[in-house]
Amino acid sequence: MQIHKYDTVIVGAGGAGMRAAIESTKRSRTAVLTKLYPTRSHTGAAQGGMAAALANVEEDNWEWHTFDTIKGGDYLVDQDAAEILAKEAIDAVLDLEKMGLPFNRTPQGRIDQRRFGGHTRNHGEAAVRRACYAADRTGHMILQTLYQNCVKEGVEFFNEFYVLDLLLTEVDGVKRTAGVVAYELATGEIHVFQAKAVVFASGGTGKFFKVTSNAHTLTGDGQAVAYRRGLPLEDMEFFQFHPTGIWRMGILLTEGARGEGGILRNKDGERFMEKYAPVMKDLASRDVVSRAIYTEIREGRGCGPEGDHVYLDLTHLPPEQLDAKLPDITEFARTYLGIEPYTDPVPIQPTAHYAMGGIPTNVEGEVLADNTTVVPGLYAAGEVACVSVHGANRLGTNSLLDINVFGRRAGIAAAEFASRNDFVELPEDPASLVVDQVESLRDATGNERVAEIRKALQETMDTNAMVFRTEQTLKQAVEDIAELKQRYNNVSVQDKGKRYNTDLLEAIELGNLLDLAEVLAVSALARKESRGGHYREDYPNRDDVNFMRHTMAYREVGEDGAESIRLDYKPVVQTRYQPMERKY
Amino acid sequence: MSTPTLDKHSAALDAAENTAFEQITITLRVRRFNPEVSDEVTWVDYQLEMDPKERVLDALHKVKWEIDGSLTFRRSCAHGICGSDAMRINGRNRLACKTLLKDINPEKPITVEPIKGMTVLKDLVVDMDPFFQAFRDVMPFLITKGNEPTRERLQSAEDRARFDDTTKCILCAACTSSCPVFWNDGQYFGPAAIVNAHRFIFDSRDEGAEQRLEVLNDKEGVWRCRTTFNCTDACPRGIEVTKAIQEVKRALITRRF
Ligand SMILES: Cc1cc2nc3c(=O)[nH]c(=O)nc-3n(C[C@H](O)[C@H](O)[C@H](O)COP(=O)(O)OP(=O)(O)OC[C@H]3O[C@@H](n4cnc5c(N)ncnc54)[C@H](O)[C@@H]3O)c2cc1C
Ligand code: SF4
Ligand code: FES
Repeated sequence: MQIHKYDTVIVGAGGAGMRAAIESTKRSRTAVLTKLYPTRSHTGAAQGGMAAALANVEEDNWEWHTFDTIKGGDYLVDQDAAEILAKEAIDAVLDLEKMGLPFNRTPQGRIDQRRFGGHTRNHGEAAVRRACYAADRTGHMILQTLYQNCVKEGVEFFNEFYVLDLLLTEVDGVKRTAGVVAYELATGEIHVFQAKAVVFASGGTGKFFKVTSNAHTLTGDGQAVAYRRGLPLEDMEFFQFHPTGIWRMGILLTEGARGEGGILRNKDGERFMEKYAPVMKDLASRDVVSRAIYTEIREGRGCGPEGDHVYLDLTHLPPEQLDAKLPDITEFARTYLGIEPYTDPVPIQPTAHYAMGGIPTNVEGEVLADNTTVVPGLYAAGEVACVSVHGANRLGTNSLLDINVFGRRAGIAAAEFASRNDFVELPEDPASLVVDQVESLRDATGNERVAEIRKALQETMDTNAMVFRTEQTLKQAVEDIAELKQRYNNVSVQDKGKRYNTDLLEAIELGNLLDLAEVLAVSALARKESRGGHYREDYPNRDDVNFMRHTMAYREVGEDGAESIRLDYKPVVQTRYQPMERKY
Repeated sequence: MSTPTLDKHSAALDAAENTAFEQITITLRVRRFNPEVSDEVTWVDYQLEMDPKERVLDALHKVKWEIDGSLTFRRSCAHGICGSDAMRINGRNRLACKTLLKDINPEKPITVEPIKGMTVLKDLVVDMDPFFQAFRDVMPFLITKGNEPTRERLQSAEDRARFDDTTKCILCAACTSSCPVFWNDGQYFGPAAIVNAHRFIFDSRDEGAEQRLEVLNDKEGVWRCRTTFNCTDACPRGIEVTKAIQEVKRALITRRF
């Protein structure tokens, strides 16, 4: 075991982690621990754009952006946070441009902007061009640009280090951050990182669904580690299903495709979104479009031999426009489906995409231990966190924005905390939990296989906790997950070695997914209303009287060692916008 | 706008939507090496039932998840965007997640081995640190002088297009590890680093070209390139790597960019 000491430790090197690192490295001795090489992070897969009311191509302002974000989130958004997001968006984009990001340009040489779902002029009048973009590779450019700037700033990375535990030490009755424990993939060695401040920026958790746009490595490690240490998880029932994933594979085709004029059609060729969202049509918010697609499919208007998908039609757009604005996604259609999007419509279905919920933080990125108390020295930003700027449904292009705005804020706040405070003592035997976890998996002789349990988990989540949910389906999910957790106790890995043991790490990642899936299902079961991405067929309306509040899920361990989930609720911060019915 | 498109149904679309169960037996022949167990390299054949529309990555996962959990490779995004899984498939560098079985003649054994010229650490995992070091050496970040503008720097669409191709790089190392010069001389920067230097040298906003060109003028720099085009063939992002290297060479001579 090795012990390291840094002022600030950042967990994750995606957009949020690297944006934080650029700030904190300038202010404090910082280490970035990442299970992937930084440029492998899933921020690089983001396509369509990053929202900011630059007004480069038409009238726009941050107040309209704030409103859209709140309405898009079905009024579960904390309005103070949304206002910060929309205001700081402008500098966030300009900062990236100054760091070198190659945005697409207008004829005047300014950053170009395109339309995106749910972003409107003057509170819903019409679609507005707010998404700053670089073809359909915006996330790739953000990730590369941030990595380039980390190289420039000399950020210190520990690549292929998996953080498996968070260390909290009680000082005068208050839990304080002491560091993290990581597993080094190359050697199997366990490292304790003592730190004054820790920033979690470890990304999403989409891999508990089968059809998903998320990478294999998005297994909610940060959320699971915090949860196991007694910290709450906020709004985990809100998961976004993006309307246009490649049928069966889930690979994303950006909403920018519809922003450029692409149209969704059913098997009769009908532009069905006209029925569901007369004003915004194909650019209504994602939850609305995904439900519309499944409604078409259920009512027998789906495409293909099994009627289980619909089409994204780009055939009326000039090939030059597709080549210039959507080169990657058209190539995905060619590579993975063997079709030519110039002339063929693309088979699509909704794909599990984004976790609105996560580790609760305030607008400074400080992690909350309950509705109000912060954990000194602990920060979170990006998809792992819940500020909450996305509420019940995130608008497209608001996450690349979120990781930049709140990544930066968390990086500054963490480094400043580190410069004002001393190290707290490490708990006794700091690595014990991780050592136990790793050793017991390596020595396990049970007959269950990781891949089988993961597959069963993904099946039940896709069947029971996706776009349409009911009490019955969610109960089924809870029951299935409980059974899978039992089976997980008998899991064993074949690779018993220390060197690059990805077999072992997949087992640990599965454990994380199981815990988080359970929180999702239990939180969803308790939310007897429909709001944003959480749709209950048995409670089809939004219920502001009983449920205009954030879910806070805690892990409880009884005296007999039995685990359970305790749900609590947190009020939504409302400033100037009163909830209205959501129409597009 | 709402004209139905169903008349445009092509044979390719029909094939893509075909849900009929298709299965073939393939042989995946993988180069295995784990110094923790033995210094010997072995080639192991796996017989797998696969759909020809699946990826080589799916086949590797099938081995790992159903047959031998110790088979080790890197991967993340599974759709050609993160650069984790460059490997030599049937003797050519490709991304496993972007290579469909049907496109590489699944009737014959499919060989999979790590990319060449880099230290193999276990099975298909190689040491990427020297590769990223070469990347860092070319100063891969925007260098500017003078005061920052308040708003964005202006750049014409034409100037932006000048370096578009090299912005696509995902640092997968498929190019560098297909380069015979690199195989013989591990000190050579390699095509990927030059591609990333190109991305800045030809960016109208950048003012660090001279510094960067000095680095590339080094004896391990661009002049080692012998224009074999292996890199261009290998690049999964379709970047014209050789052309980029030629442009950097020309810039070194003319000092114009
Ligand atoms: C296909 C796709 C397209 C998208 N398009 C858009 C878009 O156009 N606009 C938009 O706004 N949003 C988009 N999003 C959403 C957005 O890209 C993501 O939400 C965002 O990039 C997440 O960034 P992040 O930094 O939080 O996490 P990530 O980029 O996922 O990074 C997570 C980091 O954490 C590290 N990590 C994870 N676990 C551990 C661990 N245990 N120990 C150490 N390190 C760990 C990883 O190595 C990685 O570096 C898209 C998402 C997807 C999937
Ligand atoms: S130039 Fe192409 S092959 Fe080379 S590292 Fe970049 S993406 Fe990979
Ligand atoms: S797994 Fe990301 S490029 Fe292949």
